[in-house]
Amino acid sequence: MKRTLRYILFYSALIGVWALLAKLHVWPPYIFPTPWGVAETLWAGFADHSFWIAIGVSMKRMLIGYGISVVLGLILGLGVASNKFLEDTVGGLLVSLQSLPSICWLPIAVLWFGLTEKAILFVVIMGSLLSVTISMETGRKQLPKIYSMAGRNLGARGLRLFLHVTLPASLPYIVTGLKQGWAFAWRSLISGEMIFVSLGLGQLLMMGRDLNDMSQVVAVMILIIALGYLVDGLIFKTIESRLQQRWGLATA
Amino acid sequence: MTYPLRKPGQATLSDHRAAHRPFASHKVDFAAAAVLERSPGIPKLSVRDVSLSYATNSGPRLTALKNINLQVQPGEFLCVVGPSGCGKSTLLHLIAGLHQQTSGEVLVDNAPVQGPGTDRILIFQELGLFPWLTVAQNVEFGMRMKGVSKSDRQARVRDYLRLVHLQQFSDSYTHQLSGGMRQRVALARALATEPDVLLMDEPFAALDAQTRDMLHDELERIWAETGRTIIFVTHNVREAVRLGDRIVLLTFRPGQVKREYEVDLQRPRHLEDVRVAGKAREILDDLREEINKSLEEEYGLEANA
Repeated sequence: MKRTLRYILFYSALIGVWALLAKLHVWPPYIFPTPWGVAETLWAGFADHSFWIAIGVSMKRMLIGYGISVVLGLILGLGVASNKFLEDTVGGLLVSLQSLPSICWLPIAVLWFGLTEKAILFVVIMGSLLSVTISMETGRKQLPKIYSMAGRNLGARGLRLFLHVTLPASLPYIVTGLKQGWAFAWRSLISGEMIFVSLGLGQLLMMGRDLNDMSQVVAVMILIIALGYLVDGLIFKTIESRLQQRWGLATA
Repeated sequence: MTYPLRKPGQATLSDHRAAHRPFASHKVDFAAAAVLERSPGIPKLSVRDVSLSYATNSGPRLTALKNINLQVQPGEFLCVVGPSGCGKSTLLHLIAGLHQQTSGEVLVDNAPVQGPGTDRILIFQELGLFPWLTVAQNVEFGMRMKGVSKSDRQARVRDYLRLVHLQQFSDSYTHQLSGGMRQRVALARALATEPDVLLMDEPFAALDAQTRDMLHDELERIWAETGRTIIFVTHNVREAVRLGDRIVLLTFRPGQVKREYEVDLQRPRHLEDVRVAGKAREILDDLREEINKSLEEEYGLEANA
């Protein structure tokens, strides 16, 4: 209760200061938008369905691109962690590739696929695949040895050891990796969508720039933050804390 | 290949009231257990000239175990004591087949051990219970891996949870249980695969004294009822005298058999019994020498660092 109150107070103060600055006309509205202008744009955007469509298009891309990178990342990460040679070679390459901002894949994507859906998906996949792979690999390595020893001791080996012991034991780590992958995919998607008339949230943001409509720019930014927070904070955090409770990693 | 409990229909096991007084004393036929363990024949388990050494990052190879020779009779309760760092846990891991010795061999029923097998189940010091499974699913795990049918599994889970007085916790998760209860889950999980040899690695070290006393009673009862061969590693000499038919003392690095002691005190024994204390004293004097050696080495290492 106290926390909710604190949140309300903080955000009211933030919007209050914003409104005050806007009212004082320190900067013209095309540089510094007003809170009511942004609210109006948000309302209008949802009313004429253009925001809904953009959200739908962006989410569909996320599901496809992120889905592919999760499957590939799981296989790659577990594969790399299971073999010393692969770990030293491929593992090192993956870590060095991760220092590349995902938007750097865009020129390649455009040259290979043109200004198409595939180009955006490629950027999303490249943006999240590495982080999913690496967290999968570290999760696998952090896994306490006692579980696989106990499993072998009780007669599990090979595929059954993997399915009945290694996989469930690493689930909390895997979910952490999936969460991180989602955040990276989300960032890559918005960047990728800015390059052409792609109908997504990223394009809506760029349209705001093209129309010199600062209210739209800020409204879409708020939308992107809200969606990112919703998925990360509500869906992933819930799964994560449930798993940690059930696995006895966190005290309930 | 099933090994029924020695007295499958025993009243104390099926007695429902047992649930409400989990640590009530049971009438256990220790004489029968004694007859079995003394019967001559091929040993259940032999360790022959087993040595283990490994390369260290700094300098020469470290010899953890050197020429260990042990023979364990069927149904015998053998305790292994030694200072920390003598390789007693390592010895259990070798017997369990989780590690490979550098030389020598481990034989079970005269057949050499190759890798892990459910005829030898190790209860780890840190237990290694699976937190994502319920108590019942943990107990069931080994049987599932062995391919025991579902109805048999359920029946045996019930039997073994009853044996350790945990039947009302079958649907709990292991982190919801106390240390002593977790210990009993590990025991039930190990017993449920019906191993010939039970290997226990300092299982009660982390428990409070009262819980440990209760588990001593329970373990002794279960051992007598099921006729398993037990190798029990501990650094607590009195615990070893309380439980063991025979005690093997290992030396500090490299671990070698220093001496063996027969414990011919009548069961059930009590930890505070004068005779138990006396026997422990005798062993402790020999052990102290090894502890001093380990301390010297540790302080010596510190001085060099």
